[in-house]
Amino acid sequence: MEYERINTVQLHSLTLGYRDRLLFEGAEIGFGWGEFTALIGRNGTGKSTLLRTIAALARPLGGYITVEGRRLDAMTRREIAELISFVSTDEVRVENLKVSDVVGLGRAPYTNWVGSLTERDRAQVERALRLVGMESFSGKSMDTLSDGERQRVMIARALAQDTPIILLDEPTAFLDLPNKYEICLLLRELAHKEGKCIVFSTHDMSIALEMCDTIAMIEGGRFYYGTTEMLIADGTLDRLFADTALAFDPATRNVRLRHG
Amino acid sequence: MKKRNGILMLAISVAVAVLALADMATGAARLSIAEIWRGLWGQAADESVRYIVMHFRLPKTVTALLSGAALSAAGLQMQTLFRNPLAGPYVLGVSSGASLGVAAFVLGMPLLGISAHGTWWGAIGMVGAAWIGAAAILVIIMAVTTRIKDIMAVLILGMMFGSAATAVVEILQYMSPEGAVKSYVVWTMGSLGGVLLSDLRILVPVIAAGLAISIALIKPLNMLLLGENYARTMGLDIKATRLGIFLSTILLAGTVTAFCGPIGFIGLAVPHIVRMIFREADHRTLMPASILTGGGLMLLCDIASQLPSGDLTLPVNTVTALIGIPVIIAVILRTRKTA
Repeated sequence: MEYERINTVQLHSLTLGYRDRLLFEGAEIGFGWGEFTALIGRNGTGKSTLLRTIAALARPLGGYITVEGRRLDAMTRREIAELISFVSTDEVRVENLKVSDVVGLGRAPYTNWVGSLTERDRAQVERALRLVGMESFSGKSMDTLSDGERQRVMIARALAQDTPIILLDEPTAFLDLPNKYEICLLLRELAHKEGKCIVFSTHDMSIALEMCDTIAMIEGGRFYYGTTEMLIADGTLDRLFADTALAFDPATRNVRLRHG
Repeated sequence: MKKRNGILMLAISVAVAVLALADMATGAARLSIAEIWRGLWGQAADESVRYIVMHFRLPKTVTALLSGAALSAAGLQMQTLFRNPLAGPYVLGVSSGASLGVAAFVLGMPLLGISAHGTWWGAIGMVGAAWIGAAAILVIIMAVTTRIKDIMAVLILGMMFGSAATAVVEILQYMSPEGAVKSYVVWTMGSLGGVLLSDLRILVPVIAAGLAISIALIKPLNMLLLGENYARTMGLDIKATRLGIFLSTILLAGTVTAFCGPIGFIGLAVPHIVRMIFREADHRTLMPASILTGGGLMLLCDIASQLPSGDLTLPVNTVTALIGIPVIIAVILRTRKTA
């Protein structure tokens, strides 16, 4: 990319953690338009916390986040809801709650006081369901779906929210292999064709390397960020396996046992 | 689908209207529906009929309708807010808190040598005391639920609040003169008939305000179905929503408790009955349907409480418990199965 990159989500010396535990300090990275980014790192490094902080569900210990140059902490919930949608790991299996109602709730920032859907809203809901391949499930109840189906519905809800930024916390965790690829392909296509900024956390290294434009990695309280190629070339990915018997093999783009 | 809902809603409305007339016709004096009708419009030949209709039957029926509607709306929004199918104003101790407030007022004032009985501020003081008691319990429950996510633990806690409130009330009773105790005991049995025409001047507008808040909360409640995190990322102001649910629950459950005594299980059972009928989770359906069905069920309970004989009236509490508890058992058995 030769032109100047315009970052839609920018972290400004962001420090995250809890009262008794610091996750990382002084992160200065940005996620750009039209980029499909994987957020990787070992358990407990702060992937979820970062996504939650960008979604304004958690507060940073220090620093701040800007979205399109505006400070996130100066925006109202409504303004944020029109910019950022979030697919969390929270399970939604409410009895009698219909798939079309869940996706319709994605339109909440735009609907009236009682949440009536207009023709335009309905079209967005249908489109979202079609994109994730769940259009035939629209009348089904959430408690009758499989984990993978529920995940797709929650992604459709984020799509119906029609935001330029979509954050997903381990969206592929419950899915089988074909489903993982399908969902990632869909997200990549949305990033590339509609110029959305899509960031998802994952433990699926091979999928992240194969599908994503950029990778953000949290390791040892530090942030590493770059295009997939860059991170492979400069050995950054190998840091993930620092004190394990595993190593990252740049040639096969996969993990192998470290040779003694 | 929407058409089915419309037909169901119409059927429930008709049933409520029929039950309201039937409820007006039940009581110590035998009156026909026609006499009631004429009495309502001031065309009764007999002045005593007009008096009975306007001063006994009408307040009783209006109170039954409103209290059923109020408790059901409060129960529905508590079930959604706490993500707990067994939440309700009675089970979570909100009614107990209101009772404690009323006890403190009814028993406490005479202890201080002040007689509130029959004064203009007596009814207002009782309602205010009930609101304070209900609010105190709600604040505690909310504080606890931010720390404990286990729904059963919250329920047990609600029961503990109920027991604690009862214990404090018993101490108050022990210290109180006989007259005050008697009026308190009568109150605890739950009575719809004790509400005077003049009380309706407080009851009707306050319940209407509480129900209006509940209806205004339909969209936030729907968003909360997905959990607080999702609701917030879709633009929900969680603090304002919680405050709204609190306020309306205090107005609804607190006021009903103040006037009718603690009435159990209606608030818990009606939302489930409505979900069974409509098979929906959308509050645009559930809220109006719960309000209507709650009013209707309370009328039915009131009629049933007067069935044994014309003179004897069972406490309405006992009837709501007999109707509500089977529903709760069904809910527990179902949630245990799916969990």
